[in-house]
Amino acid sequence: MEIVLAIAIMALGAVVLGAALGFASIKFKVEGDPLIEKIEAILPQTQCGQCGYPGCKPYAEAIANGDEINKCPPGGTEGVQRLADLLGREVKPLNAEEKPKQIAIIDEQTCIGCTLCIQACPVDAIVGAAKQMHTIVAPLCTGCELCLPPCPVECIRMEPIAENIDNWKWKYPVVEIKAAPLKEAA
Amino acid sequence: MSHYLFILVGAVLVNNVVLVKILGLCPFMGVSKKLETAYGMGAATTFVLTMATGASYIIDHFLLIPFGLEYLRTLSFIVTIAAIVQLTEMVIAKTSPTLQQTLGIYLPLITTNCAVLGVPLLNISNNNNFVESLLFGAGSAVGFSLVLILFAGIRERVEGAEVPVYFRGVAIAMVTAGLMALAFMGFAGLDKYQ
Amino acid sequence: MLMNLFKCKGGVKPPTNKTQSITLPIATAPIPSRLVVPLHQSIGGTPRPIVQAGDQVLKGQLIGEADGWISAAVHAPTSGTVVEVAMHVQPHPSGLDAMCVVIAPDGRDEWIAHQPFDYANAAPEAVREYLQQSGVVGLGGAVFPTHGKLTPSKTVPMEELVINGAECEPFITCDDLLMRERAEEVVRGIGIFRDLLQPKKVLIGIEDNKPEAAAAMRAAVGALGEPFSVVVVPTLYPAGGAKQLIRVLTGKEVPAAKRSTDLGVQCFNVATAYTAWRAIAHGEPVVSRLVTVTGNVHAPRNYEVLIGTPMDELLQLATPHPDTDGIIMGGPMMGFLVPDRQVPVIKATNCLIAHDDRLFPPKPPEMPCIRCGSCAQACPHELQPFEMYWFSRAKNFGKTQEYHIFDCIECGCCSFVCPSRIPLVQYFRFAKSEIWAREREKNAADGAKARFEFKQLREEREKAEKAEKLAKAAAAQAAKKAAEAAAAAAAGEPVAEGAAAAEPVAAEASPVPVAVDPEKAAKMATIQAAMERAKAQREASQPKNTEALKSSQQKEIDEIEARRQAAHLTEAAPPAATGEKTE
Repeated sequence: MEIVLAIAIMALGAVVLGAALGFASIKFKVEGDPLIEKIEAILPQTQCGQCGYPGCKPYAEAIANGDEINKCPPGGTEGVQRLADLLGREVKPLNAEEKPKQIAIIDEQTCIGCTLCIQACPVDAIVGAAKQMHTIVAPLCTGCELCLPPCPVECIRMEPIAENIDNWKWKYPVVEIKAAPLKEAA
Repeated sequence: MSHYLFILVGAVLVNNVVLVKILGLCPFMGVSKKLETAYGMGAATTFVLTMATGASYIIDHFLLIPFGLEYLRTLSFIVTIAAIVQLTEMVIAKTSPTLQQTLGIYLPLITTNCAVLGVPLLNISNNNNFVESLLFGAGSAVGFSLVLILFAGIRERVEGAEVPVYFRGVAIAMVTAGLMALAFMGFAGLDKYQ
Repeated sequence: MLMNLFKCKGGVKPPTNKTQSITLPIATAPIPSRLVVPLHQSIGGTPRPIVQAGDQVLKGQLIGEADGWISAAVHAPTSGTVVEVAMHVQPHPSGLDAMCVVIAPDGRDEWIAHQPFDYANAAPEAVREYLQQSGVVGLGGAVFPTHGKLTPSKTVPMEELVINGAECEPFITCDDLLMRERAEEVVRGIGIFRDLLQPKKVLIGIEDNKPEAAAAMRAAVGALGEPFSVVVVPTLYPAGGAKQLIRVLTGKEVPAAKRSTDLGVQCFNVATAYTAWRAIAHGEPVVSRLVTVTGNVHAPRNYEVLIGTPMDELLQLATPHPDTDGIIMGGPMMGFLVPDRQVPVIKATNCLIAHDDRLFPPKPPEMPCIRCGSCAQACPHELQPFEMYWFSRAKNFGKTQEYHIFDCIECGCCSFVCPSRIPLVQYFRFAKSEIWAREREKNAADGAKARFEFKQLREEREKAEKAEKLAKAAAAQAAKKAAEAAAAAAAGEPVAEGAAAAEPVAAEASPVPVAVDPEKAAKMATIQAAMERAKAQREASQPKNTEALKSSQQKEIDEIEARRQAAHLTEAAPPAATGEKTE
């Protein structure tokens, strides 16, 4: 008899709590996933596809759904670090080599004006017309290298961005360690 | 009146749930890496713990004791706590998805946080009445949040320090927690003044 | 004139070392063997060079055109020949190169035709533009284009105009000498600023270690009958910082996110006022400035130096001691060792200090921070340098911003007082430039994202448009075929079978236009299917239909075929098609 009573009371509790939770799940329903936007804000937006996804947004969605955070070489180790901070995950080494920032340069002598690179560029950073020479708008180039494979005459090369006064950064102060001059005994 | 004050002070400082009773160490070590998450975890645990003490008192006194089902205490308390945690998680998911993501596994794990179960059980063994139970629960929760936030602040600062390589990360955090616990021992006797 | 001074927090009192260079009057430095004039000498856009190698230029001739509103023009400092427009090493801590115009002086120092600017009858906009064209920038060291600071706020009435003659940094005396010898022109320049900004009060702040300068300015103000107050402020580094001087003279504290004009205050250096007056009253653009040459030299002195003079040549005038091992540009607190002795004097160069180990003994190594708080007491901005240091060192930049690292003016007070000799300012500069770099990357990423999304949108739209065009063309063709068949049947030509066969074509094709008109893009698939069917039908019927074609009909068909081909090509490579059309 006591067992029945116990079961009944526990069942009652379960029903009450279940109803409360059910109500809450309707009331606090989350629409969309604001997390994806936060992840995407960290990604470098090169749209290079090196992560295996067609663009930064699909990768952000994949991360939100549990994909690894170390698949973005343009974001670098620092990008992985920031993703790890945001998501509370472990920092992992990058799954590819980290390259210095670079931009594409078209050798304008060789360019035949086929427009293939214009179509490949994800950020519209190449201008030109059919059978006219093309050129890269340097400040818009993200260095994604997507224009390299379609070029039939291999006239595009990648060059690291040189340091100039505008993008120069102060260096981390390094303490020089020198041998102190020996003092002669007085 | 001073009786209630002593309960509160005793729960927050003297018998601090984390550093003196050594309950709830899992989130204490787990979500104290960043001050921001510590605030969130502290708030969530405070809410859950206060609600849990109130709910468990009601269940204990109006369901379990009248029907002689005291042996179901742990079970029914856990079910109640789990429901409250679920509710909290829904609210957090709605209001702050980043906090939900950063709290990660520790948010549902409030369910199994021994502090959250331990405090209601302590209430019963201390024969606290409803107001005392609530005060004890809230005090313990505030004590938990307090040390969690202090600890997170210290850990953020330790991040910038030149810690010997082998001590980095959890090792130095453990040492820090130990020192903090020693410091909290200094409150002993504060609630004995009559 | 008595007035209440407000207290400025923090500050330090380093040995001033100013007496060495004030014994001799200002001398004009001779024209050097060559002038290297950097184009980017002010904050803002880099001026575009408008001369080429081989050009003859006259003194005061425009050689760099201002690029945008926040940018100031650059002029030839003397007459001569442009040798090259090329990259040369800059007086910048990075030691990197930037675009410079190199001029070989001809020694005649011949002015280009210039006349005074009639500013009494000119609109304020015209005066500002004239100052921009004359290359007038803040000569206190920040080199912000002056015209950009001469627009009063639309909402806040201009209360005080603060003129900075404090010159708080040790060693530097160029403003002191300028005020002593050319006070009248300085005051007239201040008059221009007053006319443009219409402030209620004009306050000229001079540190109390320059009584002669203050007396000269008072005399000039009195002689010209201007209502300006010359205020002597206590000597305290960095009282000459714009925000500090505003605080001391007006009691107003400029918040980080606001400009001083938002509080009704604006601040200019005395040397800026002087160059503004030279530009307006004589039509002379900024081609020279006063530079204090001091430090480890025999004869410290102030020189009027042409912009672009190599620092080494200038230093030789003061005969440096042989153990000089470097040149500091600026003062000992905020200046830096120039990367190369040949770097040119620029508009920001107020002082050259010959460096040696006696004057500037090498700093003993950095010790751990003991959190004594001396830096916080010395900080004129009431920041907590020890906290900013802690987080800069740990590269926790978010935290440094929480401690307001961008309010730091890098005055060096904290490093000066630090008992552990920590180069705090270097850590702050490092953190700031890292944060800026991040900001740039963030902006670049946002731009890239916007363009990527726009490209996707455009591609989708193009695809939809193409499909629509194809569907329309196909429908038109099918309708035409049907019409032809009907016409043929009506003409009673002996192709009865053909007409019979053509009918189903018409029947098949006719629904197509109906389907096309509403929701074209959405029904693309059905259209495609219909097109295929119509095509198949047509091909089946074609032999019969084309047996007795007139030449005009044949021509029409050919045209349609050509168009169709063009349309298909467009699908493969859109720009190629446009290219073909233009040919």
